[in-house]
Amino acid sequence: MSSAPTKNDAKKSPEGRGSLSAKTTRAPIYRPADFLWTRDADRCALCKRCVQQCGFDAITWENGPVVDPAKCVGCHRCEAFCPQNAITIEPNPQYFKPHPLWTESHRKNLWIQAETGGVLLTGMGNDLPYPVLWDHLLLDACQVTNPSIDPLREPMELRTFLGRKPDAVEVRQTQYGPKMSTELPPNLELETPIVFAAMSYGSISLNAQKAIAMAATETGTYWNTGEGGLHEDLKPYAHRAIVQCASGRFGVTADYLNAGAAIEIKIGQGAKPGIGGHLPGEKVSPQVSETRMIPVGSDAISPAPQHDIYSIEDLRQLIFALKEASNYEKPVSVKIAAVHNVGAIASGIVRAGADIVYLDGFRGGTGAAPTTIRDHLGIPIEIAIAVVDEQLRQEGIRNQASVIAAGGIRSCADAAKAIALGADAVAIGTGALLALGCTLCQRCYTGRCSWGITTQDPALTRRLDPYLGSLRVANLVRAWSAELEEILGAMGVNAVESLRGSRERLRAVGLDQTTMDILGVKPAGIGA
Amino acid sequence: MRIDAADMHYRELNQQIRDAVAAGEKSFDLVNINGQRYIGDGIRGQIDFTIEGVPGNDLGAFMDGPTVRVKGNAQDAVANTMNDGRIVIEGHAGDVLGYGMRGGLLLVRGRIGYRVGIHMKAYRGTKPVVVAGGTAGDFLGEYMAGGILIVLGLDRRQNEDIVGYWCGTGMHGGAIYVRGEIDPSHVASQSAGVREAGEEDLREIQPYVDEFCHTFSFEIEELMSEPFLRIAPISHRPYGAKYAA
Repeated sequence: MSSAPTKNDAKKSPEGRGSLSAKTTRAPIYRPADFLWTRDADRCALCKRCVQQCGFDAITWENGPVVDPAKCVGCHRCEAFCPQNAITIEPNPQYFKPHPLWTESHRKNLWIQAETGGVLLTGMGNDLPYPVLWDHLLLDACQVTNPSIDPLREPMELRTFLGRKPDAVEVRQTQYGPKMSTELPPNLELETPIVFAAMSYGSISLNAQKAIAMAATETGTYWNTGEGGLHEDLKPYAHRAIVQCASGRFGVTADYLNAGAAIEIKIGQGAKPGIGGHLPGEKVSPQVSETRMIPVGSDAISPAPQHDIYSIEDLRQLIFALKEASNYEKPVSVKIAAVHNVGAIASGIVRAGADIVYLDGFRGGTGAAPTTIRDHLGIPIEIAIAVVDEQLRQEGIRNQASVIAAGGIRSCADAAKAIALGADAVAIGTGALLALGCTLCQRCYTGRCSWGITTQDPALTRRLDPYLGSLRVANLVRAWSAELEEILGAMGVNAVESLRGSRERLRAVGLDQTTMDILGVKPAGIGA
Repeated sequence: MRIDAADMHYRELNQQIRDAVAAGEKSFDLVNINGQRYIGDGIRGQIDFTIEGVPGNDLGAFMDGPTVRVKGNAQDAVANTMNDGRIVIEGHAGDVLGYGMRGGLLLVRGRIGYRVGIHMKAYRGTKPVVVAGGTAGDFLGEYMAGGILIVLGLDRRQNEDIVGYWCGTGMHGGAIYVRGEIDPSHVASQSAGVREAGEEDLREIQPYVDEFCHTFSFEIEELMSEPFLRIAPISHRPYGAKYAA
């Protein structure tokens, strides 16, 4: 690049105080592409479909497809839709001298920042190789002396109730038999201990949200509006919705609060603990504007804290404001990111009157977050579940709220282990998007998703059929539920309730003693 | 309907109100109110409340339509996420008024506290408006996205600032009007700019100042005779340039 002085240089007086907030000037720097896109010219039928399918404008047409490697995000849309199987996408093999400290990703990120002076953004969950504690935990099974239960012929109970449970129930005898006289607080009734994580309309397309809402209704569980309001088209699924109220209060009205099955106060998110959300104005389409109830094209900023909540007492004030607005008919959930002091925070949340505590671990997904926040803040969900469950038990208030665990639940096994550690249910976000066709390219924040999931561009969103999508998402829930029944049977129990908080049925492999103590699990090899 | 709220818990009071509203009641006289929270919370429709005493926090939260007149002071979080309605406070009001307010009018005769009008936003035909007769605390209009905040600065103590520090931090919509002079350092210059209000601006606020005068018996000519300052966002995308893209 030319180093000739520019007008801007002249303005920067060496005597000036300097400012970090000065407008940055793009200063291009050489960066190798992430992906190598190749086309088999013998196979290619020159149909241009790859050009049409790319949401990132990486492929243009000059007598044949031409790729700008810098723009290819490796989402594989073009490859999947090439009728001739002519496209291959591989890691770019361009060789840089390896360095154990200055890894390729550190170098590339630094180059982008040198070029732009900006905060790096990313999408989806943490992609750094932190240890995954799920992979160091194993579940018990029955042999000989404690027979297993065959889920093929025995009924298995996965039904789960989320919400406050009474300290005791009173039962009185009547001529028709015993009747419970205790009035039960409102609870959500789930056919399986899996709910969908909050993903707002705006962060994902309406078709994606609709697919999840339909799947939740179909499988008897719940979806979550996120902080984006409730779109008119999704009102038929509102009775299966957890409606969110967060710092931007987007789309929050008395009608909205009463439309859902439960209300969730969002304090934090695992992918971005301690920071807010920011939907750029260009994504606020006329339709998004209607559900968020803000003007078209205006930034939708969710400030980092809710500025009316600086304490547990303030949180209590909002919890009860929501309960008053919904006539005490809906459980109120409080969602937080899992952070160092999560046990005490969860205790405060329960004491503030929440009926559900939603814990989101540091591997949780997002539509957009600063990369450095996503990758380096928070704690693992495995630890958070164990710590919160233990603290609430110690304080004798575990019955006062249910615990939902989220943030990197990849399979039924993770869900079963989460429940054994003490969660009442798990929430899945990334898993649901994968079921809709997401390939985890992590470019949700661009709004250009070629698969029609995290975009508002009508040309892209129409690629996702909500009905077909809902079948896949519902299938995922069914598959995990069937697997959970198998796990329960193998463990010799016939209800998920018997697995809940049953850490004695977990064993650790390859964990240090302190971590095992925190998780409340013994090492494999120790018997009962 | 008259409800004597002496020694009554807010939950009982508000349940009575909700039950009466469901039965078709349109008008409430609430007397001996002493700190009961959430009055009018989530109430929808054309309903009138007159409150004698000091209502507690979250007066008119999530409210959609009713009118409320408080014959006294109010506490924090009045008009929290209010969608529509009209709230009149004859005395002073506390902190965090009008958080996320989307429509309707809040008139406060006296002073208002910290963090008023955070994330107020306008939408379609609705425009939330807060008019305070006295002074305002710090963080006025923080993250403000729409609507109008008017601070008249009446009954000031000597050398008392009309608005506190960090006015308009993160502001990206709407406008704040201040009657009188303010220290420019009180305005968050990264997001908001100050200038004298022009004729068109004054036309914009005239109906609301008029409403204030009518409600609290002031002369509009007198209030409008002094110059107003207008604090507005310098960008509708305050954080647009922050990210690498």
